[in-house]
Amino acid sequence: MRALPVGDDALLVEVASGEEAQALHAELLRRRTEGSLSVREIVPAARTVLLDGLTDPARLASELTSAEVPPAPPHARDVVELPVRYDGPDLAEVAAHWGVSPHEVTRIHAGTEFSVAFCGFAPGFGYLTGLPPRYDVPRRATPRTAVPAGAVALAGPYTGVYPRSSPGGWQLIGTTDTVLWDHTRVPAALLSPGTRVRFVPVGSS
Amino acid sequence: MTDRALSVVRAGALTTVQDLGRPGHAHLGVPRSGALDGPAAALVNRLVGNAPEAAVLETTLNGCTVRPRSAVTVAVGGAPCPVTVDGRPVAWGAAVRVPAGALLDVGAAISGVRSYVAVSGGIAVEPVLGSRSTDLLSGLGPPPLTDGAVLPLGQPAELHARVDVAPQPAPPAELVLRVTPGPRDDWFTPAAVHVFTSRLYSVSPASNRIGLRTEGPALERAVTSELPSEGVVLGAVQVPPDGRPVVFLADHPTTGGYPVIAVVRAADLPAAAQAVPGTPVRFVAVRRR
Repeated sequence: MRALPVGDDALLVEVASGEEAQALHAELLRRRTEGSLSVREIVPAARTVLLDGLTDPARLASELTSAEVPPAPPHARDVVELPVRYDGPDLAEVAAHWGVSPHEVTRIHAGTEFSVAFCGFAPGFGYLTGLPPRYDVPRRATPRTAVPAGAVALAGPYTGVYPRSSPGGWQLIGTTDTVLWDHTRVPAALLSPGTRVRFVPVGSS
Repeated sequence: MTDRALSVVRAGALTTVQDLGRPGHAHLGVPRSGALDGPAAALVNRLVGNAPEAAVLETTLNGCTVRPRSAVTVAVGGAPCPVTVDGRPVAWGAAVRVPAGALLDVGAAISGVRSYVAVSGGIAVEPVLGSRSTDLLSGLGPPPLTDGAVLPLGQPAELHARVDVAPQPAPPAELVLRVTPGPRDDWFTPAAVHVFTSRLYSVSPASNRIGLRTEGPALERAVTSELPSEGVVLGAVQVPPDGRPVVFLADHPTTGGYPVIAVVRAADLPAAAQAVPGTPVRFVAVRRR
């Protein structure tokens, strides 16, 4: 673990893997909840956790780098189920990358329990991990100018669901009608870092 | 509709509603947003007797024109500009009474980029995640002003301002940005790190509320592999593939995949918000506090 200073009051804590980043994130949330960590933002990402708005980043840096971080608690939160129609235009291409049939993509994807590693790109967009590394897929060579809201998509090791229509380069495998982001709802984001997610196949309507 | 409202007669190039923003949601991909020149927004609020969190208008280069439906107190600050009420010049940087139905014109900036218009009671659009700020990156908050739009106003505070005129810093002729190195300065060649803090850049016309883009010498990477996305802070100096530093401002994305070579001191960002395209920029390395 390395803690890199960022400006005068932030730290970027870098770890070796996504799993370690999720464990560190869970530990930092626990400390904030119990009151031993005062911080404005805790932003997990692929292999880092950013802590912004610290009063004494240097002290926390030396403390963290000598600390034992327990693994993330496995079933700390309920599973969010997202009904999905596996009707995406890139389903066949993903099947070709995986070396299986499109139906088998559906079976594997719906049989996986995901967790939100981090959010970014747009409010409510979660980067979900859970698939084994052999199912990594590249981004599309040419991004689409408009990906519809609710599109279930793959890129690299991640699955994501577009909270609203936007340009995007991910491989589209399905569609959900569940609203991922609604600023009038509490909480506004259905998925936040640490949320566990299952995709439940439904028939085309 | 209540008469506590403001009709937009001329929206200007880009006028948005801004307050202190919505920090605390970066982990959901929500930018902090908020007034780019925070001290200017705070000052005009104080001049009209508003609380610091009241929402104001932030204009871009050519001001805006509005018509309050009831008598209000206004103050214009930030980028200096001519201000008129029904065509008659009134003071900039001071509390001004505007009668019901009168036309308040905030003119083009004489220097600087963004003028701030506080109205007694504050702009009272519906808050989103605790803030009324327009976020141009993710589209949260009210849309930018359009001609003919009507903005609700809040109830003015009982207490009145203690100041009626206040000095404000002039927009910078040269923008000096103090930076602390890292977190990814080691992704650049030593020569690039030296170039960054010794050569002159200039403000690019492509700058916006998301970032202050610069023109100048490209910074060469020592590590050319792809950086996994990581959280970024306000003031981060990110270097995209073209090698020209971008200083992240209030509407910046919460994570980024290009290395951050340094971070600008928060106290220097209001001046960055007022630097017109072409302004010379110097990045000066300072020690971490």
